[in-house]
Amino acid sequence: MTGRHLLGVADLGAEGIDELLRLADTFVEVGRRPIPRVAALRGKTVVSAFFENSTRTRLSFETAAKRLSADVMTFTSSSSSLSKGESLRDTVLTIEAMGADAFVVRHSCAGVPAQVAGWLGEVGEACVVNAGDGAHEHPTQALLDCFTITRERRARFASGAARPRALDGLHIAIVGDIRHSRVARSDVLAFSALGAEVTLVAPPTLLPPSLEGWPVAVSHDLETVLAKCDVAYLLRLQDERMTEQFVPSLHEYTATYGLTASRARLLGPEALVMHPGPVRRGIEIAAEVVDGARSVITTQVANGVAVRMAVLYHLLGSGAPVGA
Amino acid sequence: MFLSRGTVLDQTGARRADVVVKGDVVSEVAPPGELSRPAGALVLDAEGCIVAPGLVDLHCHLREPGGEEAETIETGSRAAALGGYTAVVAMPNTEPAASSAAVVRHVLQMARGALCDVRPAGTITEGRLGRSLANMAEMAAEGVRIFTDDGSCVASPALMRRAMEYSRSLGAVIADHCEDPALTGDGCMNEGAWSSLLGLPGRPAVAEEVTVLRDLALARATGARLHLLHLSTAGAVDAVRAAKAAGVAVTAEATPHHLALEEDCVAGYDTSYKVNPPLRAHGDRSALLEALAAGVVDAIATDHAPHPPEAKQVSFCDAAPGMVGLETAFAVASSFSGLPVERVVALMSWQPAAIAGLTGTHGGPVCPGAAANLCVLDPGRRWTVVASALASRSRNTPFAGRELAGRARHTVLAGEPVVIAEEAQR
Repeated sequence: MTGRHLLGVADLGAEGIDELLRLADTFVEVGRRPIPRVAALRGKTVVSAFFENSTRTRLSFETAAKRLSADVMTFTSSSSSLSKGESLRDTVLTIEAMGADAFVVRHSCAGVPAQVAGWLGEVGEACVVNAGDGAHEHPTQALLDCFTITRERRARFASGAARPRALDGLHIAIVGDIRHSRVARSDVLAFSALGAEVTLVAPPTLLPPSLEGWPVAVSHDLETVLAKCDVAYLLRLQDERMTEQFVPSLHEYTATYGLTASRARLLGPEALVMHPGPVRRGIEIAAEVVDGARSVITTQVANGVAVRMAVLYHLLGSGAPVGA
Repeated sequence: MFLSRGTVLDQTGARRADVVVKGDVVSEVAPPGELSRPAGALVLDAEGCIVAPGLVDLHCHLREPGGEEAETIETGSRAAALGGYTAVVAMPNTEPAASSAAVVRHVLQMARGALCDVRPAGTITEGRLGRSLANMAEMAAEGVRIFTDDGSCVASPALMRRAMEYSRSLGAVIADHCEDPALTGDGCMNEGAWSSLLGLPGRPAVAEEVTVLRDLALARATGARLHLLHLSTAGAVDAVRAAKAAGVAVTAEATPHHLALEEDCVAGYDTSYKVNPPLRAHGDRSALLEALAAGVVDAIATDHAPHPPEAKQVSFCDAAPGMVGLETAFAVASSFSGLPVERVVALMSWQPAAIAGLTGTHGGPVCPGAAANLCVLDPGRRWTVVASALASRSRNTPFAGRELAGRARHTVLAGEPVVIAEEAQR
């Protein structure tokens, strides 16, 4: 990884992803200790600047920071002064002035982490981690997804042994609301950088307006794709998509693009089922599939902490080996 | 006043000439050396420059009343004069909107003593709310010639039809910001490959195209004079070309930024590139340039849209759309359009003057007896845009730090040298 920010998977490249995944392996071990904490970032301050609510991602980052012994400052939009007409730049520089080494930024609009990085660069050296910006990127989610696929396949299957690139030859289907999904954009970049072949499965209304330059295939036939894929990655469908007329009804969406129990039987013996959460059981994925043997959805959440420790350590750490 | 050794350029052609101004009119125009300089006359050097009828901007936001933290008529008119403009049409999306004779009179009153002629446009609908017609006749009686809800499209086709019918008795022009709000939604850049990669909601080209096609059909049906603001798409250009061939009374403008910049500028999420309609794809920009060369688009207009820093130092989605442009328009159009400078001047001077109904006062020709509203443009002048040096109260230019070619050297308003050697005189 180059630079002092993690704004997107696009900045990382295959080598950068590999490096972080190797680092995450060590932090999984830290998480299993009786006292799951190392001193690596003692004295550093990590600000979680969440301009859009996301309890799960915020807790994951804050847990990661605390396990590295960093101090954590939390800023959420409900407690912000944005409503009072202060510019975003002023808000960010005010927090920076209190002393912050890293900003973990979540915002409903694409590009805010890049803007924050620019403003911070005018005054100091604080680094920025993108914790999800609009429909742009969510790089730590993509990293934890790659991490989960490689670890789970290695643990479960003979075919899961190490490959030149971690996901070489795998077929991954990303199903659902690609258009509005930052997870999909980061996953497409990360999965394909690591050698996977990615197929997007969605109605045309839920695909991005253009896929020019995207390393993906597109299908509107979920069942055919399921029979051939190694990973079925389901995305959350939000209720707004009905009122905005992207799909006629939840019922029709589930009938055409939902991973129902009967469709799940089409998956091959080594296929994994994933979802970035929060899951809407019975809509994009049936409850029994969420809880089934192929599902690694809770493993994704657990791995998220280790991956975020790796990212924070990489950006803020001394570069020395991870100590006790 | 003696304008020395320039090349006079107007709708009658170009010729080397000295120009003498007495009072507020041009008194003599003759080849260099033939005229004697009147004793005590101010001499303005125009060597290497074009002496043209003052530029006319069909589309600028002077923000007064109501938005004085972004711009005032005074600061905006100073920016205009520095850009070579002697007349501007002030858009009516002020606070309150120019929906009544009272607001129009207020703007005209505030504009007394401005550094250029300020012609207020009025709104089409009351308060720019798109619900009922504004009192257009009472505004026309105050001199308003252009009616527009600019900033917003008149979304209702029924209301637009009535506005066009009603405007015919007023000798007025109906001007539309052609973007269907139902299709633009919360979009903040051009919809396409770049918006898909950047994860920003898009404003599709079809939002402009369906509205342009609707307005052209309504103009044909009603016989109204239609002007299309800031065209930005290849499809809209095609529609205008076909409508003109069919005899529809339509004119159209394009902005300097749509001639110079494309959607990839947004890649760094720099909010100075956020504008409506958005910066478009390469093919759209090429189509616009062709349309200007071919006469399908009639004018270059700035859409000068000042905003204070706090309106831009927010997320790309929350940022106010728009760019300042009065001081850079001639330079940007000259540097990026690839058009011969004679064509650029036509598109910025006498052609927009005719659309705004200013012929006779602005837009030349430069001949004895003509009103002395003139600009002296140096097409070869290279300069770097420094945002903090702009006369506009706002700094939101995407051209900061760029080197451009072409600049107004002097501007003469009704015989008064309001800009001499690139310096505003008041």
